Amino acid sequence: MRRVFNYSSIDSINTDQMYPGKYVYQDFDINHLFEDLDPEFIKKVKPGDIILAGKNFGYGSSREQPVVGLKKVGIKAVIAKSFARIFYRSGINQGLLLIESPEAVEAYKEGDGVEVDSKEGKIRVGKNTFQFPPLPVELQEILKDGGLLAHIVKELK
Amino acid sequence: MKAKTFIRKLLERKVGREVQEGEIVFVEPDILMMHDNAGPIVKKLEVMESEIGRKIKVKYPKRVVIILDHVIPADKQEDALNHQKIREFVKAQRIKNFYDIGRGICHQVLPEEGFAVPGGLIVGSDSHTCTYGAFNSFACGIDRTEAAGVLATGKMWLKCPRSYKIELYGKFRKWTGAKDLILNIIGILGADGATYKAVEFHGPAASGLPISDKMTLANMSVEMGAKIGVFPPKNSGIWASAMACYEKNFAFDLDAISPQVACPHRVDNVKNVEELWKVKVDQCLIGTCTNGRYEDLEIAAKILFGKKVASGVRLLILPASRKVYQKAASTRVISTLLTSGAVILPPGCGPCLGAHQGALAPGEVCLSTANRNFKGRMGCKKAEIYLASPATVAASALTGRITDPREVMR
Repeated sequence: MRRVFNYSSIDSINTDQMYPGKYVYQDFDINHLFEDLDPEFIKKVKPGDIILAGKNFGYGSSREQPVVGLKKVGIKAVIAKSFARIFYRSGINQGLLLIESPEAVEAYKEGDGVEVDSKEGKIRVGKNTFQFPPLPVELQEILKDGGLLAHIVKELK
Repeated sequence: MKAKTFIRKLLERKVGREVQEGEIVFVEPDILMMHDNAGPIVKKLEVMESEIGRKIKVKYPKRVVIILDHVIPADKQEDALNHQKIREFVKAQRIKNFYDIGRGICHQVLPEEGFAVPGGLIVGSDSHTCTYGAFNSFACGIDRTEAAGVLATGKMWLKCPRSYKIELYGKFRKWTGAKDLILNIIGILGADGATYKAVEFHGPAASGLPISDKMTLANMSVEMGAKIGVFPPKNSGIWASAMACYEKNFAFDLDAISPQVACPHRVDNVKNVEELWKVKVDQCLIGTCTNGRYEDLEIAAKILFGKKVASGVRLLILPASRKVYQKAASTRVISTLLTSGAVILPPGCGPCLGAHQGALAPGEVCLSTANRNFKGRMGCKKAEIYLASPATVAASALTGRITDPREVMR
């Protein structure tokens, strides 16, 4: 079963906690991902895992290493009560599925399975199902191409 | 004719048609600002180049502004390599608006050089790009990947957000100022209080504030999640209709603002300064894109004049730019600060983001005029960071504990 990392009890988790500033001008090192938030995360995370978060997830600096890292370790989706603006854009830019659904986050109880169907726009939490609206069409294209760079490469080719 | 907010009017002018709130539009920014992260951004361009099999020419080199400020002078060889890469890129792409180390913090230098124009659309690979709202620009931060996209294509998407109106009345009392006001606002609204909203500053006090105060307020708008924080234009520019509709309205009386402090580890954990008199400080920092301007150094010098920094306390000063530094040197502000025992660092971001300079040891406390007090922000997650105005930081440097500047200057 996919693991669910539940950080929803804390609001406004910032990108400094997710990837400290002292590393942002060094080569990207996945081992620092979530270092000041949850040092256990990088040891436990596996492709397909899901993150639950509170309000304003990804607050603060515009650094994109947190989103790049989450994409790299294979996080399937981050479901949050809300996202910080630049972080949300980074999700689209890296092709990482970020879903705003306070209902789904609040419904989660320890041990519940969480499944996401992005085509149908559905999240299943335990026995409950929640609908989430699709991304605007203009942005779906970017996500479909696997992120902004791939999207631009297609355009420039 | 419908009454419209600033952001709707600006986006409509940009795309030449009506724009609704919530709508996504594609725009060509007037300016793309980058700092030391131009190096990693160039690497992203190189990834794209290898995939399309040819070199990419920057779409609009004249719209690109690069200012080195984050780790200056280079701290380690990898920083030197990064700066070298940026200098080579600037040469190869004929980017004229390049400001090498020593010119100052990007958010100070860009306006000094006249790029923050009223009604302009500026994006930057830094979250505090919103500072240029002080000049009536639409300005917001983007990430590295998106900056690479703007370099290559000259365009990006923007969603038209809903707006908040903050009206300002009255006049600051002595030894209180814009930093106290914005901390007060963030304390009330919360770190997510304006997430994704365009914040407009209105009222007689908003137009009347000096530009340094407007910059402090616009700068920290992102700390409550705002996309932009914008002030009315001085002369010509774009401004909201008087009857525009806002999602929320707030009003603040400047006379009622007292010195405020944001306590660890959240910017919205705001208290009145007098509640914190027991907190001892090891390091005091005056500078950054929030509070490193001449007016900030001047108020610190007034408080420190003829006095000495308390023993056991390190006071670090970072003028926001070379111009600020020169002015402060010519008016004896710098000599006053030096005589008091301060350490003056070169104009740049310095210790604010924990990449170099002024790092903290476990258990230490720093009182800073910066905009973020996140755990680990200054390089050590077992240290504590408090945020306050230049006046409060200067007063606290004298006593060695968090101190009300009104108490010291009584």
